[in-house]
Amino acid sequence: MSQPRDTFAPEPERFEFHEDSFHHFYWSRRDFFKLTGSGVAVFLAAQPAGAQESGRGFAAQQLPQEISAWLHIGEEGGVTVFTGKVEVGQNIRTSLAQSVADELRVPFGSVRLVMGDTARTPWDMGTFGSRTTPTMAPQLRRAASALRDLLIELAAKQWNAAPASLSAADARVTDPATGRSASYADLARGQSLAATIPAEDPVTPASQWTVAGRPLPKVAGRDFVTGRHLYTPDMRPEGVLCGKVLRPPAFGTTLVSVDTRDAQAIPGVTVVHDGDFVGVAAPRLRDAERAIAALHAEWKTTPQPSSAEIFGYLKRNVEPAGERNSRHETGSVDSALAQAAHRVEETYTVSYIAHAPLEPRAALAEWGNGKLAVWTGTQRPFAVRDELASAFHILQADVRVIVPDTGSAYGGKHTGEVAVEAARLARAANRPVSLLWTREEEFTWAYFRPAGVIEVKAGVASDGRLEAWEFHNYNSGPSAIATPYAVPSQRIEYHPARSPLRQGSYRGLAATANHFAREMHMDVAARALGLDPLEFRLKNLEDARLRAVFEAAAKSFGWPPGAGWPSRRSGSERAGPPAAGFGMAGGVEKGGYQPPSPKSPWIAPAVKCASCAWSPLSSAARS
Amino acid sequence: MFPETRTGEPLQLEINGQRRTVTADPETPLLWVLREEFSLTGTKYGCGEGECGACTVLIGGNPRRSCQVPLRAAAGKSITTIEGLEQNGKLHPVQQAFLDVGAFQCAYCTSGMIVTTVALLKQNPNPDPRQIAEYLNGNICRCGTYPRILEAVSRAAAAMKGSSR
Repeated sequence: MSQPRDTFAPEPERFEFHEDSFHHFYWSRRDFFKLTGSGVAVFLAAQPAGAQESGRGFAAQQLPQEISAWLHIGEEGGVTVFTGKVEVGQNIRTSLAQSVADELRVPFGSVRLVMGDTARTPWDMGTFGSRTTPTMAPQLRRAASALRDLLIELAAKQWNAAPASLSAADARVTDPATGRSASYADLARGQSLAATIPAEDPVTPASQWTVAGRPLPKVAGRDFVTGRHLYTPDMRPEGVLCGKVLRPPAFGTTLVSVDTRDAQAIPGVTVVHDGDFVGVAAPRLRDAERAIAALHAEWKTTPQPSSAEIFGYLKRNVEPAGERNSRHETGSVDSALAQAAHRVEETYTVSYIAHAPLEPRAALAEWGNGKLAVWTGTQRPFAVRDELASAFHILQADVRVIVPDTGSAYGGKHTGEVAVEAARLARAANRPVSLLWTREEEFTWAYFRPAGVIEVKAGVASDGRLEAWEFHNYNSGPSAIATPYAVPSQRIEYHPARSPLRQGSYRGLAATANHFAREMHMDVAARALGLDPLEFRLKNLEDARLRAVFEAAAKSFGWPPGAGWPSRRSGSERAGPPAAGFGMAGGVEKGGYQPPSPKSPWIAPAVKCASCAWSPLSSAARS
Repeated sequence: MFPETRTGEPLQLEINGQRRTVTADPETPLLWVLREEFSLTGTKYGCGEGECGACTVLIGGNPRRSCQVPLRAAAGKSITTIEGLEQNGKLHPVQQAFLDVGAFQCAYCTSGMIVTTVALLKQNPNPDPRQIAEYLNGNICRCGTYPRILEAVSRAAAAMKGSSR
């Protein structure tokens, strides 16, 4: 079996910035209606019109090969949305349904989402990088808009009226001239109508939204407060076995030999030894743990850098300049630094950190007739499908990956190692196998947010204006590496390094590291000049919007903390720790202006977002 | 070598008001007995070390980390899991408050949060935000929905005033 952890070295850029080509889609229109029942459906072409079919391809038997979403309305008026996106806790099952209900003019409760199922939903690159709301929500809106138009056209045909004279609201089409009206359900009855629409159908402007942008409770929330929702590890089909994997004692270790006889002697236990992979499956977790303990393995270790050495190691192991590097230079940094009245230098480090989703990585795998089905909490079901197909040398079409709504991910569930492991055990045991990583496995064998070393030099004039800014990030990534401050001479460079640990995407990505180092350094420079940190920032900030965010935060926080500010608030119902401090920091990322986060227990949030298309209830839940 | 699997004598448990019998290794953590023997999967594994609170159940009315309680220690005791809070299709006021407030994102911690809150409100029907935070300190929400959780607990306390639950 192929070992994903040996061959697959994910890094943020690979997932976040490179779009894979779309895969082909195999279904016919007939297959589709077999799945959904009759009704009216709309398929949203992933490419602009012309790439596949253009216009409304009523007659087409074959669906276009590149589809990003589809939408179906059935005879009972229920609307089903099919999207390859997955629910990992951001409540996009709710917010996407809001967009569709809004655009289609149907009650929110009549919209159901089928998500992240490689056999039923269109191909999707993955749910990450804050892309769902800016890209999938408008796409579904376009599909819903087209479906609404189709229903209007059906009514127009029945009534011999002009489509433009009809209106749609409350899941009905109405002719204001005659007062005639038909429900969507009636219009869809007996139809097998499928239209392919181009990706640029007009949608309702945000000012006219009625369902989206309003707080609505989590879809199926009741299942979550009753414990009824089945996360991957909660699925227990008939005959399911519990899997467990033998982990090496250290990073960079290879298996020399393993004696499996004692483990195999335990009743009901299946042991798999395939290359470096050793795992067991047993009826109960306790049996599986015993079987793992009964394996006698010999390992060959290689020296690894310690935590204390890691930052030096990363700097010494910079990759040769290549396409992963990014570099930005303006002005003449070296002379500006040499001539600056004040020069401030500092090195910042960020450690590897674990995502620690509360639901650890988990998978349930089941084989039948050479085909494989895997339920797993991943952010990239189609990539995991491909990983499984390649690990087991089977066709992608023979693998189905289904993502139950998942107990969070934070960028940590992009890969399919747990799915591959469960599938390998299930194949040997010839039974379904459920594998749930332990917290210890999460903290050791999952990939991490990259560690980084960030060296910053600032040259500042005596009036507090930044003249030079040199910023080198080793290993942790280039997100948010640009400075929002106006500096005439800049050298900003990201240096990829060979990481001794597996590393990959993380919520906020490298943005956290670069924001941290930059804003720390702004404070250090302000202190060196004896300036107020906010004043120093505003002096060097031309971006009007970020200025406004800083000013709003300062106002709501009560900045500057004047004389007599205690080190903690007395008499407050939210008393701080004994040595509370405060500070000011901010930044810009992905078109959103980050809340300047005063480094104190009293956070004054000020967030500006370009477009708030989600359910505000969800984004406010953390503030 | 490795410890023998001991199946032991059949043990009696009272789970959500029902008497249940189980024959399993008496050292098995209660969490896995609930999940594997009775398919009560609302109680979650989060860390296996009693640090995250996702596996919290009530034993004799007290919140306990079921990953840390061996089956033998739970035998003969009355156990309440998240599945036991709903009565005749009506949510427990704490469940209702979490639902109304939307005190979750991924909701994997929610069972443990709710069960712990039920115990808190039994001991202290009028907790202030600091007391709530202290009591729920061992329950981790990695999504960070703590402000909503505080609100839900306060709302549940208000709703339960004068009720017997």
